[in-house]
This record gives sequence, C-alpha cells and structure tokens, in this order.
Amino acid sequence: MNPLASIGRASLGMSRTTGRVALFAWHCFLAMIRPPWFFGQIWRQILGIGFYSLPVVGLTAVFTGAALALNIYTGGARFNAESFVPNIVGIGITRELGPVLASLMLAGRVSAAIAAEIGAMKVTEQIDAMRTLSTDPFRYLFAPRLIAALIVVPMLVLIADIIGIFGGFAVATQSLGFNGALYVRNTMDFITSWDVGSGLIKAAVFGFIIALMGCYHGYVSGRGAQGVGRATTNAVVSAAILIFASNYLLTSLFV
Amino acid sequence: MNSDPKISISNLHKSFGSNKVLQGVELDVDAGKSLVVIGGSGTGKSVLLKCILGLMRPDQGSIRIDGEETTRLSQKNRARVAGKFGMLFQGGALFDSLSIWENVAFRLIHADHIPRDKAKEMALQAMARVNLAERNADLSPAELSGGMQKRVGLARAIVTRPQILFFDEPTTGLDPITADVINRLIREQVTDLGATAISITHDMESARHIADEIAMIFQGKIIWRGPAKDIDHSGNPYVEQFVTASAEGPIDVMGG
Ligand SMILES: Nc1ncnc2c1ncn2[C@@H]1O[C@H](COP(=O)(O)OP(=O)(O)O)[C@@H](O)[C@H]1O
Ligand SMILES: [Mg+2]
Repeated sequence: MNPLASIGRASLGMSRTTGRVALFAWHCFLAMIRPPWFFGQIWRQILGIGFYSLPVVGLTAVFTGAALALNIYTGGARFNAESFVPNIVGIGITRELGPVLASLMLAGRVSAAIAAEIGAMKVTEQIDAMRTLSTDPFRYLFAPRLIAALIVVPMLVLIADIIGIFGGFAVATQSLGFNGALYVRNTMDFITSWDVGSGLIKAAVFGFIIALMGCYHGYVSGRGAQGVGRATTNAVVSAAILIFASNYLLTSLFV
Repeated sequence: MNSDPKISISNLHKSFGSNKVLQGVELDVDAGKSLVVIGGSGTGKSVLLKCILGLMRPDQGSIRIDGEETTRLSQKNRARVAGKFGMLFQGGALFDSLSIWENVAFRLIHADHIPRDKAKEMALQAMARVNLAERNADLSPAELSGGMQKRVGLARAIVTRPQILFFDEPTTGLDPITADVINRLIREQVTDLGATAISITHDMESARHIADEIAMIFQGKIIWRGPAKDIDHSGNPYVEQFVTASAEGPIDVMGG
C-alpha cells in the first residue's frame, strides 16, 4: 500500500465532491433568483423549518446564556471584573453563540429532515416523476427550502439572542445578585447593532448551508433505505463542519 | 402521410462504471403502436426508458422523437418534449405529501399553470377514466392499496392526453386479478388516446395483453422483435426460454 496514493485518492475524491456541491449550489441559486417561484412551497417550508424549530432553539439559547453568565462571573471574579457579565454575555450570545449553537441544532433537525425527505423521494422515483411532469425539482423542491432557510434562520437566531440574553439575566439577577434594571441598561448600552447584525448575517449563511446540505445529500442519496440513512448522516455532519468553518471565516471578516 | 417512426432509437449505449447495461440498442416504434420490451430483471429495461424520457443521459447513440434528436436538448426544449410523454413508474412514484387529485393534477397546476379548480375538474375526469371514485380525491397516496396507487399513477400519466405513454413494470407486485384490471386499463387508454406506447415488463401475461409488438432485451441489445401473436413461436431460443419460464436454455439463470 502506497500511503501517497491513498492520500492522492482521498484528495481527488474531495475535490470531485466539492465540485459537485458547487455545481449543485449554482443550480439552486439560479432556481432561487428566477421565476417561477412556488410560494405555497416556500410558506410550507417556513413553517416546517421555522415554527417547529422554536422550542429547540429557545431551550438551547436559554441554557447557554445562563451557563455563560456563571462562567464569566467566576472568571471575572479573578480580577474583580464581575460587573462585565451583562456586556460579555451580550457580545458572546449575539456575535457567536446565538448563531452558531442555534444553527448547529438546526443542522441536526432541519438538514436531517430535508435529506431524509428528498432522499426518500429520490429512491421512490418521485424526483424522476416530477421531471417527467415538466417540473424542475430545483425550483419546486430545493429553491423553496433554501429561500425558507435564508429567511427563517436569521429570525430564529434573533429569537435565540433575546432568549440567550434573558438566560444570562435570569441567572445574574436570581443567584449572582445583579440588579435587574441595571443589568438590562448595561446590556442595551453596550451591544451595538453591528453585534446583532453580524450575527444575523452569519445566521443567513448558516441557513443556506443547512438547507443546501440537506437537499444535496438527499438528491445524491444511494438506492434503498440504507442510502437514505447515509444521506441523513452525511447532511448533518457536513452541515455542522461547514458551519464551523464558515463561522471562522465570517468572524475574521467581521472583527 | 408521415411514415417516420414516432420513436427511433439507434446504437444506444449506457454504462455505470464497468457495468455495461445498454450496448447498442436499436428500436423503432411507429405512431399509435404499443410495443412491449421483455427481459429479465437487471437487464436494463428501466435504464432504457429513463434514457428515452431524458432522465438519464446515454453515453452514445441517438433517440429521436417525431424525428427530433433528444439526447442533447436544452432544459427548456427538454420540458417541451416531456410534454408529449406520460409515464407510469414501477412503484407508482406518487408524491406522498400531496393528495390524490393534486398528484393527478400536478403537471396541470405546476407546469401548464391551469387554475386549481379547473385542474381539479380535469384530474377527476382522468380518475374516472381509470375507475377511481371521486371520494378518493382528497386521500393521501399512503391510504390506498397498491392497485389503486397504480391507477392514480395511470391517471396522472394520461391526464394531459399525451401522445406517448411509458409503463415500467405496470403489474409487478400486484395480485393476478388486480394485474388484469391494470392491463385492461392500459390497453383501453392507449387505444382511446391513439397513443404510442412503450412498456417494459417481465410478466408475459401482461405483455400479451398490452402489446401489438414485443421485443426482447438481452445483454444490452434487442435480440428479437415481432408481432405479439408470434411470441409463442418466435424460433429464438432465448425468447422461447423466457416465454416458457424455463431454467433450461441458453440464458444462464444462475448468473456468473
Ligand atoms: N442510477 C444507477 N446507477 C448505477 N447503476 C444503475 C443505475 N440504474 C440502474 N443501474 C444498473 O443497471 C442495471 C439495469 O438496471 P434496470 O434498468 O433497473 O433493470 P431492469 O431491467 O430490471 O429494469 C442494473 O445492473 C442496475 O444495477
Ligand atoms: Mg426496472
């Protein structure tokens, strides 16, 4: 076994996959920007992706905010900086943890669901059937999911920001002895609209990744139930990795 | 009179990796005729249909519909040619998130942009042609039996009165009585519409029922073709083995 050969094969495979994903994304993009749009489908996806994800996102955010407040308090106490809890919770949640953690939860929930649904349609020939009915699956299936995710994920992240900050507020006022009114004022004065806005731009990018990975892996899913299972796993894993990677890139652009 | 064949396939090749599935298929179908392609499982019957439908791109060869080469069409022209087709998929391939009537009306609503109430009316008419009662219209596909799902698939294929119909294993997985109903419906619709039809099957009973002509595919090529009435005395040992469902003969059943 030549180790160079296997490295070479792996990197060839990876660049081939990258090319396929890029081509797929390009087709999706064209379908998104050009009419006709299937508004009924978009609306269904907004409900499916957005509304039903609220509990997951809300719970993630409230516990994260609470834990963050505790950690910053403990860490800050080492150099008498406990009073910075509201500021750092605000920054940490809006710029980083709100978008990243909410999107990771959505990768688990939404990418998996999209990949399973599209994959099942693929293996039961529904996507072929759609083509013979002169309807482009990129317009009817993929574009609505991508458009919905682009709209809904930033909205969910905004909600996650608010709930996350509230989680920090609750811990700070209930067990760390902060004054409620002061905490709120500190948070409001300190956080800029760019803190929130940059987080929401991240959220839109992550939303695109979440829906794209679900659609792509479902669309290339192999035959049979096993193929669909693998598509689901691949969708979640690749969405999560791309979220982390693009988060770093975006953060380095935004600071 | 135009005497060109409605569908004309020549030298068609398609491989998946080292698996050479189609190796030079030659096949013409005249307008208004029903051709059935028979052959064992995995011999490339579905691949052949998918190439004609434009769902797969052949590696080599030509497919002409009404004289027009279709293997290298743009997306827009592809959609136009697809407008001539109606296809019944092997498993029905009904959209399970839509109701029965929305399935039947899918093309009318999404490709032809016919208003929903008008499209529903047309869908109900197509359902009536395959003996599906109106009370099924709002059910979802999962609530229907296999035979009824096939009929919904058939209604969806004929709703626009296409010129060319394709049937992939229309009776596979059905009990003999239901299979007979489907065979009759297919024959009836093909005749009513005056459509050209290509069906693929390994069910000889079904082939006899539907076909004007029968062709047999083996090892990627059409090895015999003739009128349906000649199928029992084809003089071809491969066809005879297939028709008599015998393990004895030139076809290596154990596979290698
Ligand atoms: N999308 C595909 N990718 C790879 N191989 C395929 C694909 N579709 C069909 N094949 C292979 O082509 C051969 C013929 O398949 P098919 O046309 O479905 O047979 P059948 O005559 O039973 O309809 C099989 O060996 C199958 O594994
Ligand atoms: Mg088949």
